[in-house]
Amino acid sequence: MKASVEIRSAPHIKGPRSVEQIMANVVYSLLPICAFFVYQYGLSAAASILVVTAACLLTERAFVRTGTQAGSLSDFSATITGLLLALTLPPGFPLWMGAVAGISAIALGKALFGGIGFNVFNPALVGRAFVQAAFPAAIATYTPSFLPGRFTEFIPSSLAWPLMAPADTAAWLKAMQYDAMASASPLARWKFEGFVTPAWDLVTSLAGHMAVGPSPLLIVLCGAYLALRRFMDWRIPVAVLGSAGLSALIIYAAFGTKYPDPFFMLFSGGLVLGAVYMATDMATSPVTPRGMWLYGGLIGVLTVMIRYYSGLPEGVMYAILIGNAATPLIERVTQPTPFGKGASIHARKSASYTMHPDYISREEASAKTPKKRFLKNKPKKT
Amino acid sequence: MKLLSYFRGEAFQRGVHPPSCKLTADRPIRRLPFAPRLVVPLSQHIGKPSRPIVRVGEEVVRGQPIAEANGWLSVPQHAPATGVVEAIELRPSARGPWTESIVIRVYEASTQEVLWGAPQDLDAFPPQDIILAVQRTGMVGLGGAAFPSHAKLSVPEGASVETLVVNGCECEPYLTCDHRMMVEHARDLMVGIRHAMRATGASRAIIGVEDNKPEAAAAMRAALPPGGNVFVEEVPTKYPQGSEKMLITALFGVEVPSGKLPLSLGMIVNNVGTLAALGRLLPAGQGLVERVVTVTGPGVGRPGDYRVPLGTPLSFVLDYAGAPASVANDSRQVILGGPMMGQAIASLDVPVTKGVSGVLVFRGEDMAAREGRRTYPCIKCGECVESCPMGLNPSMLGMLALRREYDAMGGQYHLGDCFECGCCTWICPSNIPLVQQFRVAKQILREKAAA
Ligand code: SF4
Ligand code: SF4
Repeated sequence: MKASVEIRSAPHIKGPRSVEQIMANVVYSLLPICAFFVYQYGLSAAASILVVTAACLLTERAFVRTGTQAGSLSDFSATITGLLLALTLPPGFPLWMGAVAGISAIALGKALFGGIGFNVFNPALVGRAFVQAAFPAAIATYTPSFLPGRFTEFIPSSLAWPLMAPADTAAWLKAMQYDAMASASPLARWKFEGFVTPAWDLVTSLAGHMAVGPSPLLIVLCGAYLALRRFMDWRIPVAVLGSAGLSALIIYAAFGTKYPDPFFMLFSGGLVLGAVYMATDMATSPVTPRGMWLYGGLIGVLTVMIRYYSGLPEGVMYAILIGNAATPLIERVTQPTPFGKGASIHARKSASYTMHPDYISREEASAKTPKKRFLKNKPKKT
Repeated sequence: MKLLSYFRGEAFQRGVHPPSCKLTADRPIRRLPFAPRLVVPLSQHIGKPSRPIVRVGEEVVRGQPIAEANGWLSVPQHAPATGVVEAIELRPSARGPWTESIVIRVYEASTQEVLWGAPQDLDAFPPQDIILAVQRTGMVGLGGAAFPSHAKLSVPEGASVETLVVNGCECEPYLTCDHRMMVEHARDLMVGIRHAMRATGASRAIIGVEDNKPEAAAAMRAALPPGGNVFVEEVPTKYPQGSEKMLITALFGVEVPSGKLPLSLGMIVNNVGTLAALGRLLPAGQGLVERVVTVTGPGVGRPGDYRVPLGTPLSFVLDYAGAPASVANDSRQVILGGPMMGQAIASLDVPVTKGVSGVLVFRGEDMAAREGRRTYPCIKCGECVESCPMGLNPSMLGMLALRREYDAMGGQYHLGDCFECGCCTWICPSNIPLVQQFRVAKQILREKAAA
């Protein structure tokens, strides 16, 4: 026998799923959202997305080249971080600050922990938290969407020189005859003015000049694509939105008008984006199904609590970061129950056969066996 | 989907859906010619090796016992062909170590009829004698485990068996030998089931078939004996449905308690191939001299299910099936069993034994796609957790294995429950060799426990 025979250990076949495939699909699903963002805010948004993503990719590249970490540029994970980070920043955020955000996201949020898979916190949120601490004024400066001329002209603050304070957008807006209030985000308007934006306007993000991010409806649709193709776990967004909605509803029911209705809570700010894209970041969320529910629930409740009872208008970011920190603990207490160790060592009622044949079969005339709930002609996987 | 199947109450939870690749499902079983030399290892089963009862130079007739059972957990071996015993010596085995084997030079001119064996009327036998008759056939579990069948069919003192579960799932991709047996030998299967029920005292038998083999289920339904205590049940197609515990969950909606046998629920599980072969051998009083083997894979020119005399060297099988060794001067991989749990072999001199259900050949290019994949650290996607049929957390186990914390794996994370089905490795997008690490870890834990 001259032919060489190779030896490997079973299994000898491999599923089609790969890290690159998952990450690439997340990027694809983010593209429509980015396009919507550009449609809302024009040139500045496009530049912001490009600069932040480029900063993330370059930083990743530099760290990969040091050889200290796993992962590579081609795995798309840094692209995801960049796009998400850009979507959470105000569109008129100075570009150089955006670059700082991108660099700190990858360097502090990811590389420091050892690269892909090892990070404890969502890198995009680490980047955002960093610039929120560094540039608190700039990050709170929003501009209204759908300004005329947004495709030909930058929001002046975007083009600030590095290390210089950005131009004053309020004056610029005034010149364009917009009152400053249109440029406050709906959450800030509620917190500081008591004005509740109608929920439907928030859902589509299309109702005139508002300082809001891309439409939550679009985000949910893109997320649904990912969840259906199983590139994302559906449990986490459902748990986050469910628990946020529920706790907002309880508070609304108990204290009435002092607090906004739960729909406003759900669709304002970054909650939907956070629930669908940030909280579901694989490396920083639990792997156990029960853990996912717990983690999502925790984030939802924390978001509402921070929004209501702290000085900050927005709480999603901190809620998710706290959830990330709690992940190892959550995982430890929600390990799956091994086969044959849980409650199902007792027969399910819906089974085809009973365990001990007092009667022999379910075909027997007098036998009272449960109906078989079995889909006829169900789709087959090939 | 997972949720749906749970509410249907029909399948075990989790599991994976590898592409089935059953290339040979529609082809009738064919007979393989006799190789010039057959090598019959004395240890083709779990338990003590048999004791040879022939001498070198002795002539043997096809079907004649050439080795006897050495104790209870052992089976006899029968001559797979008429010929002369050329040697009794060490020969390579699939697992690696060379084992004592009887080498038979086949008489080319012989008609190779089975001339040994006396018909017996099993219906007159008490259960105990049926079990002895099963042992005399040399039968072992043909599904791959190669556990002596008589030992499996005997009910220990104090236990009682109500249900005989017949496992016709064949969930491994590529393999079709059980499928063809069910289609072509449904009658033999019913005979085998009848005797097995008498031997164990079971009052009903349930045949579980994956629902991707409707013609097998139809053939068996057509052959059902009157009396109405044998049933054919389709179960969802899903890997590893063919594992005993998973099949029981699908049929009865109950999980066999961890660390216990199906016997604790009054059940005994047997493979369809085993019972069909028994159904033919028992009434004739013959011994097991051949088995059906699926020879398939992208590297095989004429894939099919072949009736192979035991002891046929793999090189002969592959030559005949259109995967000649001389053409394949590039690398290839030959696997005994299915692609998920089968064993890659190092030498083509290894003979087909009783436990070999399939021979799979992958060419170099089939492996290339997989070889080229890089391995990432665990991205904690949770896919493995959602596919482990035993409800373990392979992600965590994998990370512990990297840190060599084997004790934590065995204790807190239930490594002992892993039955090495390979679902986690199959699904892992990071291409982490999870089950391979678990095998190492289990071995180390076993050694620690023995020390
Ligand atoms: S499937 Fe692989 S990457 Fe995903 S959690 Fe499991 S071990 Fe980690
Ligand atoms: S090989 Fe073990 S850990 Fe992996 S899926 Fe199978 S039983 Fe679970």
